[in-house]
Amino acid sequence: MRPPAAKPASPATRALEVVPPSGPTAWLTTFTAGAMTFLCVFALALSLASGRLANRWSEALAKTSTIRLSAPAEQVQIQTDAILAALATTPGIASYRALDDAETRALLEPWFGPGLPVEALPIPRLIEVVEADPPYDSEGLKQRLAAEAPGALLDDHTRWRRPLAEAASRIRLLGGLSIALIGAAMAAMITLAARAALATNAEVIRVLRLVGAKDSYIARAFVRRFTLRTLAGAAVGAAAGLIGVAALPAADAAGGFLTGLGFTGLGWLWPFALPPLAAIVAFLATRRAAFQKLRELT
Amino acid sequence: MITFENVAYSYGGGELLSDVSLKLAPGSFHFLTGPSGAGKSTFLKLAYAELRPTSGRVTLFDNDVTKLSRDDVARTRRRIGIVHQDCKFLDHMTLAANMALPFTVSDRESSPQDLDDLLSWVGLKHLADALPPQLSGGERQRAALARAVIVDPDVILADEPTGNVDWEMSLRILTLLVELNKMGKTILVATHDLNLIRQAKAQIQARVLRIAKHRVQLAGADL
Repeated sequence: MRPPAAKPASPATRALEVVPPSGPTAWLTTFTAGAMTFLCVFALALSLASGRLANRWSEALAKTSTIRLSAPAEQVQIQTDAILAALATTPGIASYRALDDAETRALLEPWFGPGLPVEALPIPRLIEVVEADPPYDSEGLKQRLAAEAPGALLDDHTRWRRPLAEAASRIRLLGGLSIALIGAAMAAMITLAARAALATNAEVIRVLRLVGAKDSYIARAFVRRFTLRTLAGAAVGAAAGLIGVAALPAADAAGGFLTGLGFTGLGWLWPFALPPLAAIVAFLATRRAAFQKLRELT
Repeated sequence: MITFENVAYSYGGGELLSDVSLKLAPGSFHFLTGPSGAGKSTFLKLAYAELRPTSGRVTLFDNDVTKLSRDDVARTRRRIGIVHQDCKFLDHMTLAANMALPFTVSDRESSPQDLDDLLSWVGLKHLADALPPQLSGGERQRAALARAVIVDPDVILADEPTGNVDWEMSLRILTLLVELNKMGKTILVATHDLNLIRQAKAQIQARVLRIAKHRVQLAGADL
């Protein structure tokens, strides 16, 4: 029995066999796909984390504000009552409450450490205001407070939270853009590699055309090869990226920005979509390159 | 089978072939001769749609070549066996696999029995597992012929099939071509070897086409 008869291979496998095994440069495609996917996992983590941050901040931004009262000790309770009375009669406020000493202490603890004698310090009284829909008129409330409690200051968080929320959503946008660029760069690299492989095998292609091979048959051999290589590389890259992200310190209660980098819940599924996506990119890029190149050859 | 009507072909510069009109009838045996560079290979390439005429009409199996898509060309080539002087193989595959290539690329199975018979017919059975670079010139030519006929084509086009081999091997290849013709195949052999043509004429009814002054003419009986 001759080799071709002895191992009845499927047509697809045989299509792979008609193109000679590619030399030591074959792994470069796998490597690049792996590296690109690795980077993509981090871009994805950054994008998702900043997305969460932007959402959280804009939500908080939209709903709550704080009234800060700084007044001489004997005035504090009087003015607090005045503020609460004013809030009670202001339309557009869902709820409000004055933070007690324990809560204030908890807020300050990360900065001053435990055991802070809140009573002994001229620490402002904080009143949290949650707005309703439609919201209150913040300018009107400010003027009313100025008249009834001169030591009160309405801070609707807009000033410092809006730029942060904007920055976070900008970072999310950049993350998305990075992912798109990584995908495009991978497509470009695979196109170059496929074109090089096709050029190297011009003689093989000529023989195949001579014996009646269609373009789709010849393209299949190259497309399969590059798609499988990319898939393998991307799988390794995604796995490495996932391990990297999982190894980042978990976000603690302080909820810093950097420590929040990573995936949560269903977000962990995203990196698993990357290898198939990379394979699709490779498939399309190689296919396009192959048909283009084949038209140049008769 | 293959028809040329007022066909001209030019390579940028002047015309290489002009006003070529002829018909290859089924079952005929033609030689194509003429000096080197006269356009023998170009004529053959026009006949298997590697080149398209700059003017006039080439018809392959009743299809106008200019209207064939790339896939149509591929399908047409499955009906035409082509043998080149410097025949190319896939060097990483065994001779047997190379023989079966026309089947492989059309996603069909070749019967091992046919493959065996064909290899015995060209006397290469003992080399079935050899790689093409290990073959001699004569073996390569016979292998190319075997590959050309494995899918049972209607037409066989051979471009200087005896260009690289000695006289004895030339006769062997000629005998194979004559046998194919007797089986009903249409054969066109481009060669500048007049001895080969004389030898063939002793065995078979062969017509001789000569390229001279850009034209293809039917040569007289003077050969």
